[in-house]
Amino acid sequence: MSRGYRVAAYYLLPSFVFVLLFSLYPIFESFRLSFYRLILTLPWLGQKFVGWENYYDLATDPVAMKSLLTTLLFVAVTAPLEVVLGLLMALVLNESFRGRAALRAVMLIPWAIPTVVSAQMWRFIFNDRYGLVNFFLFGGQTHLYLAPLADPYLAVVAIMLADIWKTSSFAALIILAGLQTIPDELYEAASVDGATSWRQFRHITLPLLKPALLLALLFRTIDALRVFDLVVVMTQGGPADATNVFQFYGYKKTFAEGMIGYGSTIAVVVFFVSLLFSLLYIRLIGARILQRSER
Amino acid sequence: MRRGVLWPLWLVLIGGFSLVPFLWFVLTSWKSAAQVTAIPPEIVPDFHWGFYLSALRDHGLLKYIRNSAIVASLTTLISIAIGAFAAYALTRFQLPWTRTYLMLLLAVSMFPQIAIAGPVWRILSALGWLNTYQGIVAAYIALSLPLAVWILATFFKELPYEVEEAALIDGCTRVQALWKVVLPLAAPGLFTASILVFIHVWNEFFFALLILTNPALQTLPVGIALFPGEYTMPWGEIAAASTIATLPLILLTLIFQRRIVRGLSAGAIKG
Repeated sequence: MSRGYRVAAYYLLPSFVFVLLFSLYPIFESFRLSFYRLILTLPWLGQKFVGWENYYDLATDPVAMKSLLTTLLFVAVTAPLEVVLGLLMALVLNESFRGRAALRAVMLIPWAIPTVVSAQMWRFIFNDRYGLVNFFLFGGQTHLYLAPLADPYLAVVAIMLADIWKTSSFAALIILAGLQTIPDELYEAASVDGATSWRQFRHITLPLLKPALLLALLFRTIDALRVFDLVVVMTQGGPADATNVFQFYGYKKTFAEGMIGYGSTIAVVVFFVSLLFSLLYIRLIGARILQRSER
Repeated sequence: MRRGVLWPLWLVLIGGFSLVPFLWFVLTSWKSAAQVTAIPPEIVPDFHWGFYLSALRDHGLLKYIRNSAIVASLTTLISIAIGAFAAYALTRFQLPWTRTYLMLLLAVSMFPQIAIAGPVWRILSALGWLNTYQGIVAAYIALSLPLAVWILATFFKELPYEVEEAALIDGCTRVQALWKVVLPLAAPGLFTASILVFIHVWNEFFFALLILTNPALQTLPVGIALFPGEYTMPWGEIAAASTIATLPLILLTLIFQRRIVRGLSAGAIKG
């Protein structure tokens, strides 16, 4: 090893130690434990190797399967909507007008707010006795008021809305960065040729924006798979497990019920689902970033 | 794009969508108890400070603020320092596995928390670091390093190598070159990365909930999520606590929005 490499290794070492200890080792340990039966509340059972048993249990656990479906539905609804809303915001913010900086700062507020705070805020807005939503729907007729967070369908919708409000502006930022790479000359040439705004959008903006839109979609997908804070604060996974998303279910099994082995199995499945999307992301986008870093 | 007559409407819609829900919560924090539950809702508050007083005095808000400030500042300082060395090595030495390391960090940043939560808990438990500042800070450093290294690497890459080369030729060691030449030039990048790491850590909930079960050590997100309500929810106090927890972030965002936007899109599009 040359001297330069050794110096570089010293510089990288501290970061690697943290990542190894708190990310890489834990992942492998979760894998290992997913093949064991280990229940904290039943310590006399010890740590017993059970092969694929936890995985069979998971596949036949109706709550887990429902939880997986709920999570995927949550992702399928929120991620695309966030990208569409983000695109609208980005198109507006890409124009130059007075107060653009102010509007961009305002747009960042939902992104900056702690998720827990936005969860409490939406919980208040969806309140069954004095929430704004009920007032907008039914005015003073309090006997008609709904309890959205106590209804299996409306609770899912409420959590989706809270997520869309919180994270659309993040999608907008990624898309805005993409918009700014499209040269103005293309639009000027198209205008000279008499192309309408819609045709310009359809044939210049959208095709050139595809990488940014995909990137935003994948970022949001991977993040939405991890939804947790909103559920803990707004519904605690209820009512009747309607909002029992995968991360919440895994957390409950592992830490509330002490089922370390089974909880690890859930963790491994969540990991693979999100790895699938991450690989897609790295394939689509990562290559571009790396090409630039080698120049 | 040609702007139609609906143009101002778009601006109002985007501004309203982003601002109104939270503004409603802030207004709630200044209301009187009767105003909070009034139907029809009263928009203009009486500007009572009662909820703030009771959140601070009866609900231990001050303690949560102190814990959050300590944890977020320590994490930011340490992970930016560690991240700066890593980013420097990755951008300044022609290493064969630079790609691999950056990709590894990217992959790690996408792990769902639950996939590592159990073993992280067991490691901290073995060290006796559950319910300690060092325990939560250690976990947070690991979680924020990918963000720090990626942002710093993008900034370091843009710095001209010639200046540094001149310093090396003049007899500076690598550490001196990093300390005296690169870091001052990279100050804007360090600052941007610090803001983003700080916001990330200030808002983190999953591991805080897991590691800090002792109320004396809990951070703001845990305090706000577990706000106790015996019969009815203390909405006024929750709104007051939420406003205080969010205020530093809103200030950072309003003052440094350019940097934040640049930092967030650095790794993503501009490469």
